[in-house]
Amino acid sequence: MRKAIVPLFAASGLIFMTAPILIARAPYESTMGLVQKIFYFHFPPAILMLVSSIFCGILSGLFLIKKRPVFDWMAFAAAELTVLYGAMAMVTGPLWARKAWGVWWQWDARLTMSLLMWMVFVSYLLLRRYGGPGSETLAAGLALFGMATAPFVYLSVNIWRTIHPLTSVVPTLPVDFALPLWYAFLGFFLMYLALMALRVRIEEQRAMLDQLYLESEE
Amino acid sequence: MKTLLTTVCTLIAGAMLRAQPGQSEFRPVTEIPASEQLPSQPLVLAAYAFVWFAFLAYAFVMWRKLGKVEQDLSALSAQVSKPRPDRATGANRP
Amino acid sequence: MNAFWRVVWVVARKDLAIEARSRELINTTVFFAVSCVVVFSVSFVGEGGDGRAIGDAAAGILWIAIAFSGTLALGRTFERERYGDTLRALLLAPGARAAVYVGKLLGIIALLIATQVVVVPLVALLFQASLFEHFGMVAALLVAGTIGFASVGTLFAAMLARARSRDVLLPILLYPVTIPVMIAGVRGTSALLAAEPQLDMARLWIMLLVSFDVVFVTLSLWTFESLMTE
Repeated sequence: MRKAIVPLFAASGLIFMTAPILIARAPYESTMGLVQKIFYFHFPPAILMLVSSIFCGILSGLFLIKKRPVFDWMAFAAAELTVLYGAMAMVTGPLWARKAWGVWWQWDARLTMSLLMWMVFVSYLLLRRYGGPGSETLAAGLALFGMATAPFVYLSVNIWRTIHPLTSVVPTLPVDFALPLWYAFLGFFLMYLALMALRVRIEEQRAMLDQLYLESEE
Repeated sequence: MKTLLTTVCTLIAGAMLRAQPGQSEFRPVTEIPASEQLPSQPLVLAAYAFVWFAFLAYAFVMWRKLGKVEQDLSALSAQVSKPRPDRATGANRP
Repeated sequence: MNAFWRVVWVVARKDLAIEARSRELINTTVFFAVSCVVVFSVSFVGEGGDGRAIGDAAAGILWIAIAFSGTLALGRTFERERYGDTLRALLLAPGARAAVYVGKLLGIIALLIATQVVVVPLVALLFQASLFEHFGMVAALLVAGTIGFASVGTLFAAMLARARSRDVLLPILLYPVTIPVMIAGVRGTSALLAAEPQLDMARLWIMLLVSFDVVFVTLSLWTFESLMTE
């Protein structure tokens, strides 16, 4: 995993530097014009936030069952990345909404549920930071609840009447829009892997440090 | 002098504004003139800038943390592998 | 199966017995809920002479008062256990851990319902809200919402009983997860308080609350088992 960190960063960095070219060459959307270009940096982090929350939940469940530290390290990293990508989605979203809908924010189902999920994972981080010893297991329990909200976030636009675009938009994208989108998505995904690898390595080193510290005191 | 000038200008502006008659009717249009629309460019730029900034900030903080942990680790393992007498005295405790 | 319910009853009865003697939790929780409602009522009542609250304030204030006083009650219920170090004893007792959870949950639900018995008429009075017109549905909303809130709350409060910064961490953890319950409760209540009570909408929200309850109780039961194995 360690060897992969720098190449992953390099690859995703390259994609992020070249993505704007592809995005600028993509056609404008008929009703939204220039502001729709935010889509290419809004959809990938939003979807990855959902995936990350599920990933964190699964890892937390594995940690509770198997008790192996590596699951805990990965769950912690996944939670941080959920918050990071969620923040990106929820800053780019309102910037787009201001022009497209006329308002920064709306309490419709999709936005409310997304904010909720984001807050659950922020509280996860607060628990890890300030909960003292034993907070790994407690946080793992919390992450399960966070994961439970993921399907609701995704399906909310289809079930309730919302102002947010439906889930049918992305699967039916014309290729001129789809190409830059999935290219950008690849960049966000590789960056996710890179950051996760980096973060897990930090936890791994910390654990070794603690272990060594304990040994040196004998 | 500046205060006097400001006051005079305000009074003239006020007089000019009051001189116009109130609007007598609303007229509908389907297309807002370009001057009235929200400019998209700052929004798009802000969105992209935020994403890049967030990635850079997070990666930077994490890279620093990794550096610190690895530094502590190598310092401690160097200390641990020192000969016995130093360790027995309990000196050099971090 | 019988052993399970016996443990549940023992745990719940213990809490009720302690409470019946001192009445500490019920008195302080009810009074706190009342102060919440009063504070909100001076903030949200409109300027007009009839004293009607702004918009759907009555529904929101009712549920906020329940959430706030519930959080305090949860914290203090487990504080009591921690203080007497009885939590460890409870968990060492023979019988499923889940039974301990259910026992504590029933105690919390009883406490919250008792609080609502006082708060609901108060809100109806202060906001001139017709909460007693469709009382069956209002009660259904309150019971379903209380179960949802309390199920997650009991789990988290138990989890945090020995953690650092537990006082502030409980609301931080609890509120995001229980926001769906709050939304459903408030929307259902305001549907019933509207000038034209929307019974279908209220029924929909009640069903949603019940499904939340099923999910939360199941998830909490499973998690309690794994989390309390220390």
